[in-house]
Amino acid sequence: MIRILLALFLLASPAHASEHASEKVIAGLSQNRVAITANFDGTGILIFGAVKREAPPPTTEPLDVIIAVSGPERPVVVRKKARVLGIWVNKESRTVSSAPSFYAIASTGPLPKILSKSEDLRYKITIPRMVAEKAAADGLSNIDEFASAVIRIRQHNGLYTEKGGKVNLADQTLFDTQIALPSALVEGDYKARVFLLRDGRVIDDFSKTIAVRKVGLERWIYNLAHERPLIYGLLSLTIAILAGWLASTIFRLLKLS
Amino acid sequence: MQIYLPIAEISVNAFLLLGLGGMVGILSGMFGVGGGFLMTPLLFFIGIPPAVAVATEANQIVASSFSGVLAHLRRKTVDLKMGLVLLIGGLIGAGVGIEIFRALREIGQVDLLVKLTYVVFLGIIGSLMFAEGLNALKKSKTRAGKPAPRRGHLWIHGLPFKIKFRTSGLYISAIPPLAIGALVGILAAIMGVGGGFVMVPAMIYILGMPTKVVIGTSLFQIIFVTAFTTLMHATTNYTVDMALAVLLLLGGVVGAQIGTRIGLKMKAESLRLLLATLVLGVCGKLGLELLIEPSELFILGAGGE
Repeated sequence: MIRILLALFLLASPAHASEHASEKVIAGLSQNRVAITANFDGTGILIFGAVKREAPPPTTEPLDVIIAVSGPERPVVVRKKARVLGIWVNKESRTVSSAPSFYAIASTGPLPKILSKSEDLRYKITIPRMVAEKAAADGLSNIDEFASAVIRIRQHNGLYTEKGGKVNLADQTLFDTQIALPSALVEGDYKARVFLLRDGRVIDDFSKTIAVRKVGLERWIYNLAHERPLIYGLLSLTIAILAGWLASTIFRLLKLS
Repeated sequence: MQIYLPIAEISVNAFLLLGLGGMVGILSGMFGVGGGFLMTPLLFFIGIPPAVAVATEANQIVASSFSGVLAHLRRKTVDLKMGLVLLIGGLIGAGVGIEIFRALREIGQVDLLVKLTYVVFLGIIGSLMFAEGLNALKKSKTRAGKPAPRRGHLWIHGLPFKIKFRTSGLYISAIPPLAIGALVGILAAIMGVGGGFVMVPAMIYILGMPTKVVIGTSLFQIIFVTAFTTLMHATTNYTVDMALAVLLLLGGVVGAQIGTRIGLKMKAESLRLLLATLVLGVCGKLGLELLIEPSELFILGAGGE
């Protein structure tokens, strides 16, 4: 269905691409807003698109597509444990000034095969590149150890994922993939990037923002906690005391009857 | 049913939280402890950020303690006078404890301090209670029905500022309860718990209060200390998660009511043995965590503070 729509959309769109780029990527998202409600349990985003051409595709190398979705970047403190007097304690610590809270990559094939190192350096596509770059900028002496700990722990928690072969590409023209956003989603602007590659080189890219926001009760609680902390604290206590009293009363009545 | 926690920013199963709240609530009612020393580690385990877990747990303890204390008030097993003296000490202690906590957070060793304090205090108290409980159980079996002789040799009887605590049947100086309250307040702020597991044995062994009064009085004091801690966390760190607290306390208040009833039916000695076993179990688990090489040597924390 989406593919048919896209095909029509492609036929109808005017040719405004520059002459020197022979292939252009056009993409869309199934949703560009994610509302975090009280029963939010993760969601999936369909990212789809097509390759627009002025001329027939060059037949030399196969076409590849990489789709990456990244969450808002925040500083991370990484602490390393060491044994001191027989007890494991946090000893060394480094701050990675910013690392994405979430990062998912999907591609038509394995990343090392379809993406050259220099292009990865330029566009910061792979997960290690995304984090290591920041760590290097922070002047960390043993970048590998601390930066890779960030990656390892977040991969383990399902926050960083890399899936080769998860992008479907049809007739070297239409592509789509499903990116799963986990339930432990941090609020902020997420960025979806689509890269079109041939022979390991990026020939075109496209990016779009996904706004992830708390709504309704979640929004209200969050705002109250940050803007009126004293009232929020007192309200929390009131709820606690009321609940305690209510339970006590109900149980007493149950016992008397 | 999954629910998204607005402050913790993660999604968890609502029934899991209700169940945890209920279980800890039962223990809270049975033993007169807030249950924080069990709940806080459990919350870490299900992935709640530590700062949020500690602050929210304080809020939940207010609810379960309030529910529990009402049941004790009706049975007149709360020494209000003693509670007030302990409370004055507790608030002073909590203020000091929060300052210590802040200073240690700056050097990044809060985790270690919290765990070490847990291991040391749970270990000492657990062993003391266990030994005492075993002895008492043996005695009650051999000399059935005979009440244990009143201990008249306590050193605290020599101190000035004596006050009559009618409900506890004590005529002692106000200094030891004030000091105990302050110590528990410091621990409460550092460990993110109500402090009942320290207070209950201190009241029995140092002050010589009767066990039945101890639980209600401990709960009474805990309400105010944890309410104070909740407000401090809410206004300085914004880490109290109302949604999380509501789910935990729904389970907790119901559990506390059930627990209070179980506690009243059980023998004081077996109650003490059970609590000792529990305390030692948590102590052992935390101690092993410090001694055994962790599978992941690195931990991540929020930066930019």
